[in-house]
Amino acid sequence: MEKEYKTISRIAGPLIFVKKTEPIGYSDLVKITLPNGETKTGQVLDTSEDIVVVQVFEGTSGLDKEARVKFLGENIKLPVSDDMLGRILNGAGKPIDGGPEVIPEDKLDITGAAINPYARASPEDFIQTGISTIDLMNTLVRGQKLPIFSGSGLPHNEIALQIARQANVVGKETSFIVIFAAMGITNEESQRFINDFEKTGALKRSVVFLNLADDPAVERLITPRMALTAAEYFAFQKDMHVLVILTDMSNYCESLREIGSAREEIPGRRGYPGYMYTDLAMLYERAGIIKGKKGSITQLPILTMIGDDITHPIPDLTGYITEGQIVLSRELHRKNIYPPIDVLPSLSRLMNLGIGEGKTREDHKQASDQLYANYAEGRDLRGLAAIVGEESLAERDRKLLKFAGQFEELFVRQGKNENRDIREGTLRIAWQLLGTMPESELVRISPEIKKKFYSPWHQA
Amino acid sequence: MGNGKLFRISGPVVTAKGTSARMYDVVRVGRESLMGEVIQISDDQTTIQVYEDTSGLKPGETVETTGLPLSVELGPGLLNSVYDGIQRPLPVLRQEKGDFIARGITAPGLDRKKKWDFKPSLKKGDEVKPGTIIGSLRELNTEHRLIVPGNIKPGKISEIKEGSFTVEEAVCRLDNGAEIQLMHKWPVRKPRPCSRKLLPNIPLITGQRIFDALFPLAKGGVAAIPGPFGSGKTVTQQSLAKWADADIIVYIGCGERGNEMTEVLDEFPKLIDPRTEKPLMNRMVLIANTSNMPVAAREASIYTGITIAEYYRDMGYSVALMADSTSRWAEAMREISSRLQEMPGEEGYPSYLSTRLAEFYERAGRVVALSEREGSISVIGAVSPPGGDFSEPVTQNTLRVVKAFWALDAKLAQRRHFPAINWLTSYSLYIEGLEGWFSEKVAPDWRASISSVMRILQEEDRLMEIVQLIGSDALPERERITLRIARMLREFLLQQNAFHPVDTYSPPKKTYMMIKTMLRFAELAYAGLDEGKRAEKILNIKAKDRIGQVKFEKDYETFLKGIEKEIEREFREL
Repeated sequence: MEKEYKTISRIAGPLIFVKKTEPIGYSDLVKITLPNGETKTGQVLDTSEDIVVVQVFEGTSGLDKEARVKFLGENIKLPVSDDMLGRILNGAGKPIDGGPEVIPEDKLDITGAAINPYARASPEDFIQTGISTIDLMNTLVRGQKLPIFSGSGLPHNEIALQIARQANVVGKETSFIVIFAAMGITNEESQRFINDFEKTGALKRSVVFLNLADDPAVERLITPRMALTAAEYFAFQKDMHVLVILTDMSNYCESLREIGSAREEIPGRRGYPGYMYTDLAMLYERAGIIKGKKGSITQLPILTMIGDDITHPIPDLTGYITEGQIVLSRELHRKNIYPPIDVLPSLSRLMNLGIGEGKTREDHKQASDQLYANYAEGRDLRGLAAIVGEESLAERDRKLLKFAGQFEELFVRQGKNENRDIREGTLRIAWQLLGTMPESELVRISPEIKKKFYSPWHQA
Repeated sequence: MGNGKLFRISGPVVTAKGTSARMYDVVRVGRESLMGEVIQISDDQTTIQVYEDTSGLKPGETVETTGLPLSVELGPGLLNSVYDGIQRPLPVLRQEKGDFIARGITAPGLDRKKKWDFKPSLKKGDEVKPGTIIGSLRELNTEHRLIVPGNIKPGKISEIKEGSFTVEEAVCRLDNGAEIQLMHKWPVRKPRPCSRKLLPNIPLITGQRIFDALFPLAKGGVAAIPGPFGSGKTVTQQSLAKWADADIIVYIGCGERGNEMTEVLDEFPKLIDPRTEKPLMNRMVLIANTSNMPVAAREASIYTGITIAEYYRDMGYSVALMADSTSRWAEAMREISSRLQEMPGEEGYPSYLSTRLAEFYERAGRVVALSEREGSISVIGAVSPPGGDFSEPVTQNTLRVVKAFWALDAKLAQRRHFPAINWLTSYSLYIEGLEGWFSEKVAPDWRASISSVMRILQEEDRLMEIVQLIGSDALPERERITLRIARMLREFLLQQNAFHPVDTYSPPKKTYMMIKTMLRFAELAYAGLDEGKRAEKILNIKAKDRIGQVKFEKDYETFLKGIEKEIEREFREL
């Protein structure tokens, strides 16, 4: 039986320092019992012959030197089973929906291991999200990790929910199960997620991990690992296609920084620890497809950019690990356009693997390129038009200016429950918009494609 | 002997007491024998960076030294392999341990069972020393030359055998008792010696017009290539790997995305070497250490790659090494440095960042190997500056050592200009050194023609600023002609279709003749203007627009000569 120690020598922030222990394993799980019987859990962050440093997930408030510390001699593990579907768990994996404990089929180490690059299969199945700006211009493919870069007050959660509701792979009648991990979001936001899940019946094929704003910050460090461990179980042991939504990764990084400074580490950029890149990579890279396995993990992390600054270390490092990003724009949001996705800085690096003939349609790439080009030019012209007036612009420029406006109104804007089919919906609108431009202006599109799909659109 | 005990574990950096391991020695840590490397020694404490996850390690577990620094196995079987950063073969790991990289697994870098047909080129009594080639064997389609390793004392051959051997069997004995096998080990952080270094004055011909003509790389040269989002870096790298006239390609995926590495691992084996019609992988070594694999192995991957490159260089081959990306490597250094609680330099990078970068790039070069054969390593290092900011330390320190910079430009890629190399911000300092080669092997006025091309392109950039203000119609006639010629240069010369069977490779001679034809048009056009001909008429000359078609012609000489005659005829008829 494991020994209990009453040798806490120091308590600082979320950390406790325990003296005179037997050899304790690094990253082992720790159980702390307070004199009043309350228990807390923690994890070993640093272990040596002299002293063991433990981070306490529930925070150290109420702890004193009288508390008893027990080292469990194993890594943090998540009990997994099919019964997890439909359940709501807290950030540490305990049920909080009033239901019974999950009877585990297996217990999995939440750290996870890197997928052997040689074992990975290339992602190539188009996921239709029903959102035009994503489907046509920043296509999501199965096995991809595509974050949403948002700002405080923008409707990233609605978009995530809409994707979770609507995502499917056309032609393959398999739906996704959704693993939802909330880190430090408000109670209200989480209510909305859960209500939505319940209303649409999606909860039956979801697992929800909730670490709310008033839950211990340190717990946030294990919440995404729990979620991804569950995802790996369903994807690679149960052959399911899993969509993982992680929100909000900025809160996760804040916790990482908090632990770093409590340990008195030398900070890196903006006070975040130097290992944040590797730490994030170990989460984000747990997406993908494995050769010979039927399931897949697609990740949709959400992060709020601090001060809308895309060069801030969190979005910056994230962008270097994920395969692109969906960027939300405050300007579009102010114009009351939903979803306020700014396509210009958005990108899907795996898009080309999932589109084209046999997957979506042969004109997909070219139509997307042309929309990008026209919208970019049209937006640039807004500045000029503001100075010289719209009337003094050349005919072509006026058309482009109008194009940019209509693009936002007709293509970007859509309903929160509007699920646009790629061919019948999204591409149809795209060609309508392209129809406002003279055929000769569409230089990104080959003559054959134009012949097949182009027709001038005269508006009333 | 020399076994120590773990004292402290804190992430991937652990401390041990009582071990006799020397600096940079590889050690085996704990019950699971995790692989680690000594990175600091102070008093009785030895700090070790562990290449694997350290969860569950306890103080008091043993630390066993191997007595050797981090080394790679060099011998036949490297080509067509896919390794992680510490030379563990990934396909073997998958076969033995499944889809995830478990802890404490080891697999030798070279296949121990495979037999190779060795043929000696020396005989009993011949004198050998480190670097001497004593025979060869066939490794796929490469002649693999067996070199006397550096740790063998000079001596006379007392026995040398012909026949089939595994990499561990001795094929040669010396009179001083030394045995030579097909395989030996070399510490990765130590450059392999060579006889002397040569000046980089032979180009690495890539068949890509923008590189060969405007920004050439010398054999043994170093180039940096930034990879902004969506700029077609992968296609550019594949074109280079396919067409560069290097015998061996080493590709290091250092801290790359898993799914992108998959693309490399899927795509490269499909590529066919255009020269031999055999798979390109037959002369490639791939190293894949994705961002979530242990950070210490990422740090090591760059050294593993360049050591393998040096090994083939020593056999007398020209090797091209691509490192993608060196920024991820620098970040690994930063991370380890911060774990060691070292005082950080700029942006948290260790103060020795510039030294490490310079040391790495210095291992490139064209050399006379110890075997007196000439070999080279050309390094193409990708940098990925955060937020696209070129003033950050890794980019800046890289630019200080590299002599060629190929600025991949996402804007060009969006305009579908491929390869998306910006001709205004790129540069190559090798042009001068390579002038002699080009004027001898291609054409005496190579350099002068290239300079004319650059002049016109720079002129265009200046003119475009004016055009944006006042429109092109307001330009003088001469300038309008210049703009047209510049456009021809951009579209016909700089753009190249990597997917067209003919255009994918443009020999220097063809590149030169294309330039000459366009310059001939320029010459006639300016002369025509001086004679009072109207710019519209000159711009209407039809034959000039057909120059671009030569991209897809195999018999380019006849084609271009025909066009030139046509252009001249049209000018006469104006």
